[in-house]
Amino acid sequence: MPLLKENETVEINNHPIIDLNNEKPEKMSAIIFQKFIKNKLAVVGAIYLLLIIFAAIFADVLAPHDPNYQQLLKKLAPPGKEYLLGADNLGRDTLSRLLYGARVSLIVGFVSVAGSIFIGTAVGAIAGYYGGKIDAFLMRFVDVMISFPSIFLLIILVTMFEPSISTLIFVFAIFGWTGTSRLVRGEFLTLRSREYVLAAKTIGIPSYKIIFAHILPNAMGPIIVSATLGVGGVILAESALSYLGLGIQPPTPSWGNMLQSAQTLPIMLDSWWYPLFPGIAILLTVLAFNFVGDGLRDAFDPKIK
Amino acid sequence: MTVNTGHQAVLEKHTEQEVILKIENLKKYFPIKAGVIQRTIGYVKAVDDISLEVNKGETLGIVGESGCGKSTMGRTLIRLYEPTEGSIYFKGKDISTLPERELKRYFRRQIQMIFQDPYASLNPRRTIRKTLLDPLVTHKLYDKTEEYDQRIKELLEIVGLDASAINRYPHEFSGGQRQRIGIARAIALNPDVIIADEAVSALDVSIQAQIINLLKDLQNEFQLTYIFISHDLSVVRHISDRVAVMYLGKIMELAVRDDLFDDPLHPYSQALLSAVPEMEIEENGQKRERILLKGDLPSPSSPPSGCVFHTRCSAAMPHCMEVMPELKEVKKNHFVACHLFKGKNE
Ligand SMILES: Nc1ncnc2c1ncn2[C@@H]1O[C@H](COP(=O)(O)OP(=O)(O)O)[C@@H](O)[C@H]1O
Ligand SMILES: [Mg+2]
Repeated sequence: MPLLKENETVEINNHPIIDLNNEKPEKMSAIIFQKFIKNKLAVVGAIYLLLIIFAAIFADVLAPHDPNYQQLLKKLAPPGKEYLLGADNLGRDTLSRLLYGARVSLIVGFVSVAGSIFIGTAVGAIAGYYGGKIDAFLMRFVDVMISFPSIFLLIILVTMFEPSISTLIFVFAIFGWTGTSRLVRGEFLTLRSREYVLAAKTIGIPSYKIIFAHILPNAMGPIIVSATLGVGGVILAESALSYLGLGIQPPTPSWGNMLQSAQTLPIMLDSWWYPLFPGIAILLTVLAFNFVGDGLRDAFDPKIK
Repeated sequence: MTVNTGHQAVLEKHTEQEVILKIENLKKYFPIKAGVIQRTIGYVKAVDDISLEVNKGETLGIVGESGCGKSTMGRTLIRLYEPTEGSIYFKGKDISTLPERELKRYFRRQIQMIFQDPYASLNPRRTIRKTLLDPLVTHKLYDKTEEYDQRIKELLEIVGLDASAINRYPHEFSGGQRQRIGIARAIALNPDVIIADEAVSALDVSIQAQIINLLKDLQNEFQLTYIFISHDLSVVRHISDRVAVMYLGKIMELAVRDDLFDDPLHPYSQALLSAVPEMEIEENGQKRERILLKGDLPSPSSPPSGCVFHTRCSAAMPHCMEVMPELKEVKKNHFVACHLFKGKNE
């Protein structure tokens, strides 16, 4: 492989460069979007979620009735003209309560996941970037958090503090970040030795900027996936707690506490529509978050075409 | 533009001999950890007691097989890795233990690095503007946005890129173009010293020549000092004024380029050079015989006793197994670490 020999002169073109074709090359985000829309389930899930979010935002306009207006004569009314999805045991319109319940479920889901992603990302980024003793300490702390009997603690916490939307958000955020922190740590462990990170260090860019402005944008894919799956998980957990009476307190409707008053056998057998619709809402929404999460994971994965 | 690799310039440089960078007994050991509690069970001696001087304006080539510690040496002396032991004098000041804040003030601006992998050395999420802004903004070189943009365009022009590159992302460029962007980033702060770690190894041969010529042009224009690390002997021969040969974390031989390539003294250097096809012919027209090294490269975590090369050396003597030879000057400006040679003044 002969390179240049001694005393050889070489012509170098002063402007050899830029043979970029004029059409704009594809942005990374465009490629990811194209991969995402190839996944049918994920697209259906995304459309469903957009509808649910829309419905939650405009619940006041869309709801045919006041969600808390009781018409005891119409209690457990089957689906019909007045009550499209039937009425509950106190004669309240199920559809209206579902719409307002969507608000509660989504707010708890999104806000607590935002909190847990924030904590998890910060802990994971610092552990992965610095490594060594800091990493060992933080990861042992995560191990402890994970081996806590969290359901039990959750129940203690919500009984100690009045269960409200904000307590629930707080509790889910405090217990939900460990998975994210492990994931982010793993990403940082590999990214920190990339040459562009070394270049940033030789320039003298301070560590906090390298962590958050240089490395973090390259770790966003897995974080977004984990957040999406996380929202589904929180909605499910919130429903379970509310179903047990430890979550959102009536009369504020949430999908979980709508099921709570339906847990007697006669109601389940004779008025199946009353528990059915909140159940379906929870099922479909959690499923949709999972489909979208899986779709995003594949779209971000450079190995999958 | 033509580039001439004249001999004259080299000789002139050597009469000046202003030392800009000097390392003394530099060591970098990586701990090997094992078990649940991650106990340290040994060390990879990636750089093991290296001393050398770099003269202002010269190109010091560092050669050696892959894994011999070239990158680690470069990264340690630019303080990307904490030195295990030893001193690094930059312009007479020991920077080996300075905290990062002081490093930023005294050192970072004056010494920069060009990396090997053009695909990993640019942040895929940052536009070329942001990548080139990083050094300028970090050291607050200007006040106004226009001044920054002006400088970025100037840098792109210097490295032979069109100003339209500024708003694009790295993945829109070829390997050679990316390497030019990496070079622009390295010269943005007007450094005195640039460490080029395998800067052309990942490129096609035709592109290699372009980049090497660019580096030479920049050296002339900005009076740069290069530490040019490569496993490729022909590239190192082409660009270097002096060359150091490394083996298992140590320098085996250090000499002016032509002295080393025409008359290698250390048995390891001889073997290394004989393995390169186009270096088989010596100056006097004789064919240099291919020297095959026996045995495998020992692991840097358990280097041989005495001279680290004795396990593969055809001239090994009993003494070699016990004592590591010092790097000593055996001819003018020709240093060898081998018991076969006596020091110039001994
Ligand atoms: N960060 C690191 N941690 C542990 N060992 C390392 C690290 N970097 C390099 N090494 C080891 O140090 C030795 C020298 O590596 P390197 O400096 O990359 O060699 P070269 O650049 O000459 O190919 C190798 O054995 C390598 O495995
Ligand atoms: Mg290397």
